[in-house]
Amino acid sequence: MAKINLNNIKKSFGKNTVIQDLSVDINDGELIVIVGPSGCGKSTLLRMIAGLEEVNSGDIIINNKNVNNLEPMERNIAMVFQNYALYPHMTVFENMSYGLKIQKTPKDEINSRVKEAAEILELSELLERKPNQLSGGQRQRVAMGRAIVRKPDVFLFDEPLSNLDAKLRVQMRLEIKKLQRKLNVTSLYVTHDQVEAMTLADKMIVMNEGNVEHIGTPLDVYQQPKSLFTAQFIGSPAMNILKGTADGNEIKIGDFKIKSENSYSGEVNFGIRPEHLSIDDNGPIKATVEFIELIGSNTLIHCRIKNSNEVIVVSIPGIIQENLSRKEIKLNFDQSKIHLFNTKDNSRIN
Amino acid sequence: MIEKNKKSYFASHIGLILGIIFIFFPVWLTFVASTVTQEDIIKPPFPLLPGPHFFENYSYALFEGTPEGYGKNIPVLKLLFNSAIMALGITIGKIIISLLSAFAIVYFRFPGRKFFFWLIFITLMLPVEVRIVPTYEIAAKLNLLNSYAGLIFPLIASATATFLFRQFFMTIPNEMVEAARMDGAKPMKFFIDILVPISRTNIAALFVILFIYGWNQYLWPLLMTTDPNMNTIVMGINQMIPGGDDFGHWPTIMATSILAMVPPVLIIITMQKFFVKGLLESEK
Ligand SMILES: Nc1ncnc2c1ncn2[C@@H]1O[C@H](COP(=O)(O)OP(=O)(O)OP(=O)(O)O)[C@@H](O)[C@H]1O
Ligand SMILES: [Mg+2]
Repeated sequence: MAKINLNNIKKSFGKNTVIQDLSVDINDGELIVIVGPSGCGKSTLLRMIAGLEEVNSGDIIINNKNVNNLEPMERNIAMVFQNYALYPHMTVFENMSYGLKIQKTPKDEINSRVKEAAEILELSELLERKPNQLSGGQRQRVAMGRAIVRKPDVFLFDEPLSNLDAKLRVQMRLEIKKLQRKLNVTSLYVTHDQVEAMTLADKMIVMNEGNVEHIGTPLDVYQQPKSLFTAQFIGSPAMNILKGTADGNEIKIGDFKIKSENSYSGEVNFGIRPEHLSIDDNGPIKATVEFIELIGSNTLIHCRIKNSNEVIVVSIPGIIQENLSRKEIKLNFDQSKIHLFNTKDNSRIN
Repeated sequence: MIEKNKKSYFASHIGLILGIIFIFFPVWLTFVASTVTQEDIIKPPFPLLPGPHFFENYSYALFEGTPEGYGKNIPVLKLLFNSAIMALGITIGKIIISLLSAFAIVYFRFPGRKFFFWLIFITLMLPVEVRIVPTYEIAAKLNLLNSYAGLIFPLIASATATFLFRQFFMTIPNEMVEAARMDGAKPMKFFIDILVPISRTNIAALFVILFIYGWNQYLWPLLMTTDPNMNTIVMGINQMIPGGDDFGHWPTIMATSILAMVPPVLIIITMQKFFVKGLLESEK
């Protein structure tokens, strides 16, 4: 159980600033998912919390105690690595018990804790195997087991599922969520997979170039992205962004005008998610279909807006049989689903 | 090019067999000569099949040395013992020292790390013979002449082994090191519990190479030892071989040569089972 406060964390490697002034508060028992493009500093942040990397300035506070100068072990944190980092010469049992052995935990205690963890993770049959005799999913579970047996205050996961195939990933995702609920341990989880992020997170942290772009619940991040970056990063296919000019309650985009509930004047980025657009003969947006992608559950229609160079993607549920290619269509949307961002600092207007 | 037809299969085997015979023939002659009497060897034709004096010649060589009148030598058993101490000392010492120095170079950021690495690396280019005179001087001043320590220590520092272990350590994923840190392993604990066990394939291979290197040392023991009781087997053989007008006792010399080959062969055979496939590769 632990509360984590990160206060004004800064980190650079030489001249390369990786984390610039990051502050986050994490409540006891929360599962926080960190997402962001490659190289934005997610792993670095996790490693600083773990104590594997030092901060340049700022404080890492766990349970109201500054841990900046504590060794990883003293922070009572467990980490699951992307490539599992199991010790290849040790059996599953030895892998899981190594940390406890170092802490001079009594033998009986070690045995019972490993047994308990192995049962939770369905590893009981595999305790005598070496890592190279295990499948990817089993190795992943051993890595989790190694984290659980220590009964840590905090779990850190750095893309723990990215080496697994899609089906196993879904299964393990559920198991991790269940496990985290059951043990109620504060967790930070880095992933590239949006679905993973949305389904697992109590709270999501969207990072970009060492800055926090948005902290909020998955729904909040999806429905009310605080910045243009978050809006484009979360959601697949990505949100359509059109350049426009707002004048009071009216936004002019290319040839057509859109009503908005917000009063604002100046350049704006108008955002609408593909799934919130529909084909409607009374719609305000005129566009020409360029090509169509069938992805099974949905049909993605790529269009070019009339008299403009901007491309807009529409996602329609189901499969569209009609040949729309090169046809002109009109698009409509729900007022409440639009996102407006100013062009100066890309922050949200509405 | 891989040819599957019978003719080339046959031909390549003939080639291999001829090659083996060609290489093995001198060893065979040595063995034959070690099982006959001095007279059989001196008067032609040279025997091609083993004689009946195997036990006699070998036990004499092992426990007595060379017969009266053919130069004097201490029992071969003692020579073997000296060589074994020296070769094992060099091998184990080299492995321990180079494991530790590679560990320091790869995992610790201390001032002058690069400098020390290159310093060690440069000594690769200096064979024993080049630095033998100053090394002798130092050993003599430290009163190491005619001692096992003197035979072993100057040959222990090993750039080659350090370099090999360094390269191997650098292939170990950083996450493994970090996982050990998260588990609370202090550096020496990590070294002993994790680094050494996963290096065991490399250690076994180096053990064989270094043992043979140590076993075959000639120049250094020759300089270091004046007491016959400290001679090594390689020196012993050389001293048995007659110079000028002397006679050598060939059956004993040949038996000693065969005996000198046995320990390295045994080491290779016993170490072979450790050459299992690298653990790290199969963990992919
Ligand atoms: N030890 C290091 N020395 C120098 N630069 C580093 C080091 N570790 C990371 N970096 C740099 O810091 C930046 C952030 O790296 P980090 O590993 O945190 O990214 P990430 O968000 O985890 O990316 P990914 O999603 O690809 O794993 C990168 O530009 C990387 O090159
Ligand atoms: Mg990363």
